[in-house]
Order: sequence, then C-alpha cells, then structure tokens
Amino acid sequence: MTAGVPWPDVAWLVAVAAMTAYMLLGGADFGGGVWDLFAWGQDAALQRRAIARAMGPVWEANHVWLIFLLILLFTLFPIAFHRLVIGLYLPLNLVLLGIILRGAAFVFRAHGRRGIGPQSTWGRTFGAASSLTVVLLGASLAATSSGGDLTIAWRSWLSPFAIVTGLFALSATAYLAATYLTLEASGGLRKTFRARALLAGEAAGLAAVLGLALMPFEAPRLFLRLVAPDVLGLALLAAGLGAGSYASLRAGQDRLGRSLAAATLSVLLWSWAAAQWPYIIYPGFTVRGSAAPALAVRQVLTLVPFGLVLLLPSLWLLFHVFKGRLPIDGDAGPAR
Amino acid sequence: MENLVAARIQMGFTLGFHMLFAAFGVGFPLLMVLAEGMALRGGPAHYLKLAQIWGKANALLFAVGAVSGTALAFELGLLWPGFMLLAGSTIGAGFASEAFAFFIEAIFIGLYLYGWNRLSPLGHWLTGIPIVIGGMASAALVVSVDAWMQHPVGAASLLRTPARAAPLAMLFQNPHWPVMALHATIACLAATGFTLATVYAMGMLRGRRDEIHKAGLRIAMVLATGSAILMPLTGDMSGKAVAAFQPTKLAAMESQFRTQTAAPLRIGGLPDPKARTVNYALEIPGGLSWLAYGRSSARVVGLDHVRTADWPDVPVTHVSFQVMVGAGLLMVVIALYYWWNMRSRGGGLTRSLLGALVAGGPLAFFALETGWMVTEVGRQPWVVYGVQRTADAVTPAHDLLGYLIGYALLYLLLGTTVIWLLRRVEREAPALEEAA
Ligand code: HDD
Ligand code: HEM
Ligand code: HEM
Repeated sequence: MTAGVPWPDVAWLVAVAAMTAYMLLGGADFGGGVWDLFAWGQDAALQRRAIARAMGPVWEANHVWLIFLLILLFTLFPIAFHRLVIGLYLPLNLVLLGIILRGAAFVFRAHGRRGIGPQSTWGRTFGAASSLTVVLLGASLAATSSGGDLTIAWRSWLSPFAIVTGLFALSATAYLAATYLTLEASGGLRKTFRARALLAGEAAGLAAVLGLALMPFEAPRLFLRLVAPDVLGLALLAAGLGAGSYASLRAGQDRLGRSLAAATLSVLLWSWAAAQWPYIIYPGFTVRGSAAPALAVRQVLTLVPFGLVLLLPSLWLLFHVFKGRLPIDGDAGPAR
Repeated sequence: MENLVAARIQMGFTLGFHMLFAAFGVGFPLLMVLAEGMALRGGPAHYLKLAQIWGKANALLFAVGAVSGTALAFELGLLWPGFMLLAGSTIGAGFASEAFAFFIEAIFIGLYLYGWNRLSPLGHWLTGIPIVIGGMASAALVVSVDAWMQHPVGAASLLRTPARAAPLAMLFQNPHWPVMALHATIACLAATGFTLATVYAMGMLRGRRDEIHKAGLRIAMVLATGSAILMPLTGDMSGKAVAAFQPTKLAAMESQFRTQTAAPLRIGGLPDPKARTVNYALEIPGGLSWLAYGRSSARVVGLDHVRTADWPDVPVTHVSFQVMVGAGLLMVVIALYYWWNMRSRGGGLTRSLLGALVAGGPLAFFALETGWMVTEVGRQPWVVYGVQRTADAVTPAHDLLGYLIGYALLYLLLGTTVIWLLRRVEREAPALEEAA
C-alpha cells in the first residue's frame, strides 16, 4: 500500500510545514524581541509590557517548533544535516548562543514580583539576541541556496546576498510581530504598533528588492527557478499578498492586515522551497539523495499524525485562552 | 586541545547542566499538582500558596531547561556529526516522540503559569496534569536514545542493510530501555523532592517554622521517600542490565580487572589501572557475582577481555558509581530518619534532623550526576557501544577549545543568575502571603 509513496518528498513537505509553523509563531517572538530593543517614544515602557504579555504564555510552545524542525532534519535528511552542521559550524553556534541568551533573558527579566524590568541588561540582551539570531537564521538559509562552498565562510553566509536575506528576515519577523501586537493592544498603543508595522513593512520591501537585485549574481539558480513559469505564480502571489497586507494596515484593517501578513510569509517560504527543489542544499544535496532510508522515514512520519492529535487541540486551547482577548492585569502571576 | 577531548568535555557539561534543570522539570509539576489538588479538596489555603510559589520557581527552571535542552539538540549535530550521520534516522524516532511531549509540556506550562485568573480553579488544576505526564514522558523517551547507544539493538542491520533498519523497534523494543527509563525518571523525582526538603529545612533552621514551611517539607518528603526507596531497587535492575549488555562497563564500575568466578563486591576504593589493583576497598566475597547474576559463584568478565586501549576511564567510572550508590543509601537513611522522627517524636523537627535534610538535596544531585557519569564515561571509547567509536563521531571543525570556553562562561552566568533569582522567589514568599 505504501510502496508507491515517494517518502523523501513527503518528508520534505512535512519539514517545510514545520518551517512555516516556526516562522509564523517563533518568528513573531523574534520580532517581539526586535520591537523590545527598538522601543521608542513616550509609551516605550507600555510597548515592552505589551510584548512581554503577548509572548509570556506562548513563547515556549512556539520555540518547540524549532526543536521539532531540527529533529526532522537530522532524522529525515541525515546526509544534508551532516553537511550543514559541519559547513555552517560558526553561524549555527552563534544562532544557538542567541537562542540561549534570548530565552534565558526573557524569563530572567520578567522574574520576581518587582521584576528586573525591561530596561535592565537582561532586557536589552533579550532584544539584541533576538535580532541577531534572526539575521543569522536568514543568512544561513540563503547559504543553502547560493551554491557557494559552505566551508568558505564569507562565500556562503557572509555574502551580500546572505546578509540582505538576514535583514529581510529581521524586518519580516518585525512586521509580523507588529501586526500581531496591534490586536493585543488598544487605543494609542495600537496605533503605535500599526505605525511600527508599516515601517517594518517598508524595510522588508526594500530588502526584498535588494535581494532580488543581488540574486542573479549570487544565487543564480535560485533566481532562474524563481522566475520560471511554474514558480513565478507563487512568488507573485506572495508579493501581491504583501502589498495587500500593507494596504490593509494603512486603512486600519488590523485583523485583515495580520492574516495577510502571515499568508505573505508562508507563500514566500513556499516559493523558496519550490525554487530550491529538488535541492535541500544547492548544489550537491537533493531531497531524494540525502534522505534517510524509506523505512526509517516512513516510521518517523507515521508518528507525526499521532503527535498532531495531541498537539493541535492543546495549541487551540492555549491560543483560545490567551489570544483574541486583551491581556488581563495580573496575567503574569497569581492573584487569587 | 584535541577535538575529541574538547567535544567530550563540552557535551558532558552541557548534559550535566541540562540535567540539573530537567530533573526539576520532571519533579516540580507533580508537587504543584499535589499541593493545588489538596487546596482544591478543601485543604488549608497555604497549599495553594505553595503551588503558586513552586509555579514561579518552576517557570524559571523550565525556561533554562528548555534553552539548555536546545543547546543539546544543536550540539548533538555540531559536535558529533559522524554519530548523527550513522544514527540520526534511528534515534530521530525517539526525539520526534519526545518533541511532542515537549509541546504538551510547554503549552500547558503556559496555561498553568499565566492562567490563574483566566481559568476556573478546577480548570487550572487540570492544566497541571499534562505537564506532569509530558515531563515524565519526555524523560522516558529521551532515555530511549541513550539506552540504544548503550545497547544498540539492530545496529548490524543499520550498518549492512540500512534500508531494513526499523527505528521504532530498535528504540522501543530494546530491553535496556524500560530499565533505564524507570531508574532515570525516578531519580529526577528524588532530586526534586530532596532539594525542596533542603530548601525548607534551611528556612526552618533560620527560624522560619510557619505553616508554609511545614507543609512544603511534608509534601517534599512524601515524594523524596517514595522515590528514594525505589532507587536501590531499580538500580539493581540497571546493574543486572549492564552486566548482561555491557560487560566492560560493569568491570569498570566494579574495578574488576580480571575475569573471575565468585567475584567480590568492592565497596569504595581507588582503582589503579596500571597496576590493575584496587586500593582501600572493602571486599565482600562473591558479592558481585551474586548481585550481577544471582549466584555467588558466577563468572564475571573482567577488563582483561578487551585491549587496554578500549577501556573506559576506570577510576572515574568506579568512583562515580560508588558515590551514586553511597548517596542513594544515605538518602534512604535520611528519609527513614524523618518519618521515624515524625512518628515517635510527635513531629518535633530537631536541629539534627533538619541538618540531615539539608544534606539530602545535594546528595540527590550528586547521585544523579555521578550516575550519568557512570553511564556515559563507562560506555567509552564507544559512542554507540561496540558499533561506532566516539573518535569517529567527532566534528572536524576548528577551534573547539574557544567554543568550549565560551559556553562554559555562558553556563556559569546562567547558573549564577538562576540561583540569584530563585533566592528572590524564596525571599518574596512571605510577601505573597501578605498579599493574599
Ligand atoms: C537520585 C539519583 C540516583 C540514585 C539515588 C541512584 N541512582 Fe543509579 N543512576 C542514576 C541516578 C541515581 C541516573 C543518573 O539517573 C542513572 C544514569 C543512567 C540511568 O539510567 O540512570 C543511573 C545509572 C545507574 C546504573 C548504570 C546504568 C547504565 O549504565 O546503563 C546503575 C548500575 C545504577 N544506576 C545503580 C544504582 C544503584 C544500585 C543505586 C543504589 C542506591 C542507585 N543507582 C542509586
Ligand atoms: C541527561 C543526562 C546525561 C548526562 C548528565 C550525560 C553525561 C554525559 C557525559 C559526562 C558525557 C561525556 C562522557 C565522556 O566523553 O567520557 C556524555 C557524552 C555523550 N552523551 Fe550523555 N549524558 C546524559 C544523557 C544522554 C542522553 C539521553 C543522550 C542521548 C541522546 C546522550 C548522548 C551523549 C552523546 C552523543 C555523548 C558524546 C559522545 C561520548 O562522549 O560518548 N547523553 N554524556
Ligand atoms: C535523561 C536525560 C534527560 C532528561 C530526563 C530530560 C528531560 C527534559 C525535560 C523534563 C525537559 C523540559 C524542560 C524542563 O522542565 O526543564 C527537557 C527539555 C529539553 N530537553 Fe531534555 N532531558 C534529557 C536529556 C536531553 C538530551 C540528551 C537532549 C538532546 C539531545 C535533550 C533535549 C531537550 C530539549 C531540546 C528541551 C527543550 C524543550 C522545550 O523547549 O520545552 N534533553 N528535557
């Protein structure tokens, strides 16, 4: 029954789905860190409070998507994983450092009745580590597409294209976070976050244009595939959704703007995956060529639906309890 | 420094660091649920306060557990690419199921910590249950990976016919797994119980003998006692499994240099691998043969059946094992002392009892860490026992020493900050009392 199933392709789809989830959920938490670092204006303290409240109950669950993704990679594509962890040794260590620091800093600064507070060193660490980590994640992803030798550091993850991709990731997650935050704030604070979102949207647009301009030179295959007829539609859809999201925010349609923002980034990630196909790391590592044996892939993938049966209702409960309503005073601690 | 040495040190202390927090991740939720449940069923209100204080401490410990666990997940790949290339697709089944346990844990921790004012009292208590189950399940599942590294069922097919290697059977039909999972998970409960007892006993020694301290100590000791009694029993099962699957490790644990019938049990002592002798040990004739195989005349394979180059570090393995067992037995004594005191002395907590309780937490963590030292150091020079050498698994990357120093400093910073913040939680506990 399962004989005809192309297991490596299914594995890749599952990995891209997990990547999408991490980008939409974990990515927004990175964006929250960006806005924490760059909070300015008279309501800066309020902004930081809103960010901390929005993230508090959900960030650990969102973080697990990264772990899940990492596990999927080494389980389903051990050969490509082997290349990545050796070739990107330095940036991945830096990503890890950033993740450790931001996670620890987030709880450290929130801790205690009279918390150490967002302005403390730990508060700034949270923002700075979040921002740098996103840039590095974006740059590492670009390195898998540019065809450079992963072991020559400046050729792969420090190339102009990689850095622009990193900056795009930074502004895109900041955009996403700000659109989420508009719905968790009211009054003036909501306006502030809307203005922040628009700013980040403009920055993301600029980075996208720059990236596209560099792509023919630094990631020529990715570029050719992106403009090929079978992928171009997806890429244009992403651009259209992005413009729609920006316009809705402008018009004060925060809810629509947020949904379109999430859709934009998802479709954009899928266009990358489609353009990257059949490679996982270009050149040299294809999805089919670097997958684990079919039996192992099949066994691990059959665990996934069982896991999702537990996970999805729990996630629904989490978001049902904490999202879609404004935060309550005292959310961070017991008051009964 | 050689890559192998640097990577082993880094892996060892990352795991040791993670373990400190992971142990609480397994034990704390159970205590919170117990305390809140007692309050729900009409118990005194200070049980609710206990649940709240513990929840706060747990929030901090859980987050550091999560980031240090993430470090492990990265480091498995970054430090041991050869291991992951060989075994990634096999152990992934264990990690993937563990990831779902993490999800459940992380989601319900969010609900529990931030849901005090959003959920009904019963609803709130119920969100604690999946945390308990998730924590224990994640411990048991991750141990399936380690158990496979100790006793790699099906590794032959992984090497020769990878297409036929079936990860689920390799991990979960491994007879070593349930034994290890039981002993290692209960160890986490013991460590949490004894550590809390330490905290409350210290408070009482400083004169804070309020209801919160008394109730906290009592709940902690229920957990500590139950798990302490189970440790020697499950440890005996672990020992028999090691005897069956890893004779070289058993020989190193016991400093059994030559193959011998009626092998003695050596208590304490310092092995000298060069001279192949053990100094200062107390020997019980036939004891090892009896413990390992149930007959005091049984033959025990010694270190002499493998080349010296293939020996694990014998002194470290042996001494760690002695420390774990010694600490485990002392923990049982402390627990019995407490209950004897509560019964026959009418519950008066003497200073000498409190002093003994203060020692319990550190002892439990010593046992936990030395137990892992036995397991991991005793497996050397193999990363997958008998299949892949640790030296063949290590990364070819450069400058590992620099990373090692960097991470060591980072963990030092995190560790001291956590301790400092936990003391604030402790000091604020009376403030919570006034606020309520
Ligand atoms: C509170 C902690 C604690 C306590 C009191 C004990 N242990 Fe333990 N032991 C562990 C915590 C631990 C551990 C850290 O959790 C290990 C490491 C691997 C494992 O499965 O559990 C372990 C491993 C371990 C092993 C090696 C398993 C292997 O390498 O696969 C043996 C033979 C024992 N233990 C035996 C004992 C005995 C006979 C004890 C009698 C008192 C004992 N342990 C108390
Ligand atoms: C959490 C409790 C654990 C502790 C405290 C621990 C401790 C250690 C120590 C001290 C070492 C270094 C040993 C040496 O090189 O001599 C080590 C190595 C290692 N452990 Fe564990 N370990 C634990 C659990 C695990 C688990 C569950 C896994 C499996 C996923 C694992 C995988 C490894 C690997 C891959 C190495 C490196 C290779 C090696 O040196 O053998 N460990 N661990
Ligand atoms: C026997 C050894 C281990 C036990 C008992 C254990 C247990 C736990 C527990 C209970 C947690 C939840 C966080 C907490 O409460 O502190 C946790 C977190 C984590 N552990 Fe471990 N762990 C062990 C070894 C490992 C190893 C070897 C790895 C990876 C190679 C690992 C990876 C992780 C990760 C990624 C997390 C974070 C999950 C999250 O974000 O919620 N653990 N571990």
